[in-house]
Amino acid sequence: MQLSFEKSVAGRRTYMLPAPDVPKYELPAELRRTLELPLPEMGEPDINRHYSALERRSFGVNDGPYPLGSCTMKYNPIVNDQLASLPGFTQIHPLQEIDTVQGCLQALVEAEKFLAAVTGMDRMTFQPAAGAHGEFTALLMVKAYHEDRGDSERTQIIVPDSAHGTNPASAAMAGFETVNIPSNEAGGVDLEGLKKVLGPKTAGLMLTNPNTLGIFDPNIEEITALVHEAGGLNYYDGANLNAVMGVARPGDMGFDLVHLNLHKTFSTPHGGGGPGSGPVGCKAFLAKYLPNDMPIARKGEDGEDVYDLEVPEKTIGRVRSFYGNFLVTLKAYAYALRLGKAGIREAALTAVLNANYMAEGLKDYYDISVPGPYMHEFVLTIEPLRQEYGITAMDIAKAIQEKRIHPPTMYFPLNVKEALMVEPTETESRETLDMMIEALREIRSRVDSDPESLRQAPRTTVIGRPDETTAARNPILRYTEPEAE
Amino acid sequence: MSSNLKYSKTHEWVDFIAPNRVRIGLSDYAQESMGDLVFVTLPEVGQEVSVGDVIGDVESVKAVSDLYSPVSGVVVAVNEDLEDQPELINEEPYSAWLFEIDQVTDQVELLDQAAYEAFCEEEG
Repeated sequence: MQLSFEKSVAGRRTYMLPAPDVPKYELPAELRRTLELPLPEMGEPDINRHYSALERRSFGVNDGPYPLGSCTMKYNPIVNDQLASLPGFTQIHPLQEIDTVQGCLQALVEAEKFLAAVTGMDRMTFQPAAGAHGEFTALLMVKAYHEDRGDSERTQIIVPDSAHGTNPASAAMAGFETVNIPSNEAGGVDLEGLKKVLGPKTAGLMLTNPNTLGIFDPNIEEITALVHEAGGLNYYDGANLNAVMGVARPGDMGFDLVHLNLHKTFSTPHGGGGPGSGPVGCKAFLAKYLPNDMPIARKGEDGEDVYDLEVPEKTIGRVRSFYGNFLVTLKAYAYALRLGKAGIREAALTAVLNANYMAEGLKDYYDISVPGPYMHEFVLTIEPLRQEYGITAMDIAKAIQEKRIHPPTMYFPLNVKEALMVEPTETESRETLDMMIEALREIRSRVDSDPESLRQAPRTTVIGRPDETTAARNPILRYTEPEAE
Repeated sequence: MSSNLKYSKTHEWVDFIAPNRVRIGLSDYAQESMGDLVFVTLPEVGQEVSVGDVIGDVESVKAVSDLYSPVSGVVVAVNEDLEDQPELINEEPYSAWLFEIDQVTDQVELLDQAAYEAFCEEEG
């Protein structure tokens, strides 16, 4: 397919500007570009066809199920976008007078109240623009907390080996040293391993619960208590909150801080459709370190709520401009309001039911990393098939594409060999779950009977197996015009 | 696999090129299980390292793995060719050394070739 740059025809336009009715003003020479901007020039029909062609070559949640483990690719109701598109929310400026944006601040304060209640936290900031940014923000707060108490020797963040790669990365970005601890056989935190690394250097623990194997750690209260006894803080990575929202709260499990991925759990668009949002919640004793500013409600002279902004006493400062991705917060809040307390709980229960339904349908066909029951996701290991037939997780993932199903997360978590991590989410119907189970069973039958068809998959997509190695070693990230001959 | 080499359980090979100086690389088993390597982060020359320290990483299209120092000492050389050509490790893991450490004072339990092969088999 030609790039838009290659389709460009010099001088082609999609608009005709009226003649200017004000005097022409020439910019000073030093402010003017000396080179033309090398942008593609196309007519409107060609632009539309170009993007429609790109859309046909891609795959999204509107094309089929998207069981990408740990990403919670649930369907995002359109009503959330409609509400967030209301002009009262979009036609504003972050620097306009506070008394003219009371409704927007009210929405932020109410969203904070709702999500703090779901997580068992006392306060929440919406500034972080994504999950990893939330992790980073929370770790800066952990650092501020210890330093504020004169406890400057706490330099280590403990991370289990099943953690998302962003955890150690965020810890390093925040200036901590990461200490890895192993998982036990059931896939949870190894308590003895944890005890060994706890000590006066422990700043905190980062934990995803349920973890990436889809297991809710039965020792969670003991784990968080051990970290507290050692003087550290407990940080909850909210990547997998979808499994427990409305059922169990990180705040009740002993966590002091949490981040959420609104683009996962609270149904705002994800990936290329973003932007994301990674709000951070904390217990009251950490609230003074939150980023500035925090929207708050107070009683006005007539007893009505008045909304304002407040700088926390020992704030870590800003982590992003203004109020984060405000419209994403709104979409999440719209989702939460429509579901309500009971609906949030039902969504989690259904997500868990769907994952277990699929695991049950597949357990006689594939090996699953640890015994169930599972929470919102489970991890298949293709390692036995690789050893016996030379079929890899990559082959299975590619064969799934031929069935118009997005592949599961591959080669993650790292503690499972040839991993395929499946998270169906609550928004898939029983018919769709049955279709996915049937597709994976059919693929399994070909491992013995026709392995070559799996090695050649996908045979129905425009691009089959891109050369990832060359792409990573020599990435071409921008278009350059071919040299004139 | 050279018979003069020793191996750590974290899959580095160690070559004692002088009494207190070692050259360290990634084992064939490790490069094979990582797959095509695309990035290598090496320590800095002059850096003091202790046994078990994470002193770099290797990244393939599948995953990133930490590099651990099998010895304590001072980093005196790194193989800069790998920064542009990480594939050298895949092609010739026992020529494509990663870094050298001098003034070695301590070391992890190092396995000889047979013991290392048995260890890999077990991990298998």
